[in-house]
Amino acid sequence: MIKLYDYELSGNCYKLRLLMSILGVEYETVPVDFYPGREHKSAWFLRVNPLGQLPVVDDDGLVLRDAQAILVYLAARYDTSGTWYPRDDARLLGEISQWLAFADGITATASAARLHDGLFYDVDIDACRAGAHRLFRILDEHLWFGEQEGRDWLCGAAHPTIADIACFPYVMLSEEGGISRQDYPAIRRWCDRLKRVDGFIVMSGIFPASRARAA
Amino acid sequence: MTMDRTCGDPVLVNDWHIIADLTALPHGRIRMARLLGVDLTAKKSETGYTVKRLDTNEPVAATERYGFLWACLGTPERDIVTIPEAAETDRHIISGGSIGVRVSGLRAVENFLDMGHFPFVHTGSLGEEPHTEVQPYKVHLTEGDEVLATECRFFQPAASPTASGGMMVDYVYKVVRPYTVALYKSNPVQPDRLDVIFLFVQPVDEESCIAHPLLCYLKDGIDAAGVRAFMQFIFGQDKPILENQLPKRLPLDARAETPIRADAVSVYYRRWLRDHGVTYGAIPARH
Repeated sequence: MIKLYDYELSGNCYKLRLLMSILGVEYETVPVDFYPGREHKSAWFLRVNPLGQLPVVDDDGLVLRDAQAILVYLAARYDTSGTWYPRDDARLLGEISQWLAFADGITATASAARLHDGLFYDVDIDACRAGAHRLFRILDEHLWFGEQEGRDWLCGAAHPTIADIACFPYVMLSEEGGISRQDYPAIRRWCDRLKRVDGFIVMSGIFPASRARAA
Repeated sequence: MTMDRTCGDPVLVNDWHIIADLTALPHGRIRMARLLGVDLTAKKSETGYTVKRLDTNEPVAATERYGFLWACLGTPERDIVTIPEAAETDRHIISGGSIGVRVSGLRAVENFLDMGHFPFVHTGSLGEEPHTEVQPYKVHLTEGDEVLATECRFFQPAASPTASGGMMVDYVYKVVRPYTVALYKSNPVQPDRLDVIFLFVQPVDEESCIAHPLLCYLKDGIDAAGVRAFMQFIFGQDKPILENQLPKRLPLDARAETPIRADAVSVYYRRWLRDHGVTYGAIPARH
């Protein structure tokens, strides 16, 4: 069975739990005491991932690090519908990769701001927040124009892809870093759509969509 | 700006407050902290801990207890809260992880006292629909001037990391200081004994705080990391709710927010804060 080295409050761990829930993939977790225990920097964990970062999966001996890389692997291997990472659609794969890299930018800004405010990480908080707002503005415009064209998701497909999963968590958790989403209505609508995907699960800090169907 | 107001409440100024988890204070390194609107520097050396005000460079009283660094800006009038369970060797005595929250610490204490939100915020663990009713419980003042809520009972689908199914859980809540609250909760493995959580809230300023949970859980059936993970799982759900409360300070006027019967302990707590002259982090009652 897939083993996920996991920390509940990590948005990057959550995106893997989310995809595996949607795909119906069974897995077990190895809880890592990220805070305040700093177990991800311990000797035993550095043997699992020398970068000292979560998440990591171990699938029958294949050890993979990096949330975005793991999303690619899980979808390519386990998605029987073939929609979350369509392996034979060159254009879509390019778009997905573009947004996976964008997700890393969200981690470096919005997630860093959250770690600063909640867990006292020493970062340039003003730069993190400004950087997150710059990315959110780009994301919001992209989604807004998509809505005008009848596109509900980040990439040019009639269904969500792992790009949506990759960008979603640290957008949803941004207010914990003092980054309001009030000025990004298209982002808010996109988040609500993702919350209604079959198999959606929450993490601490992210709540389910309201029961009433969105207009 | 209320954020810049320093505290003039004697009951707070002359008491001990946590300002850091000791594991986050490496030898010789200076760490910044903020308490009651006052910026502090904390340093660990061979001889102990030195905490100074940044504005005057004057030292303030500092000591360590329960794995935390404590400071008092004025003259300590009483000792740090004694926790008998923290001396029991069959318990994990660990920090749940200090977490910053953008709300008055008094709001954080009040949220900790509230059972009514369990089914809606902690769905599937501390509560679930349709078991939403908070049954009547008792609140009184102890001889030690603490607010005690007893006979609290609530149905919980997964009350703790060692719970193996839904159960009626018995709670006792105790507010021991304006910014300190404790919870005693039946242990699923040893039903005749109680797990204990002390929530020490550091008032950073009037509208932000750091929650320092001290967990005193029976070791039976669970490791320390599991206890800590469960605490963070729960508190991570409370955090966005707390940070979206408006106003960010706690109104002490009886007419400011409408309580229901389930809020009896909150009503008592707010009155008790008024009686002790707590204004910092609060919106004082109108006269």
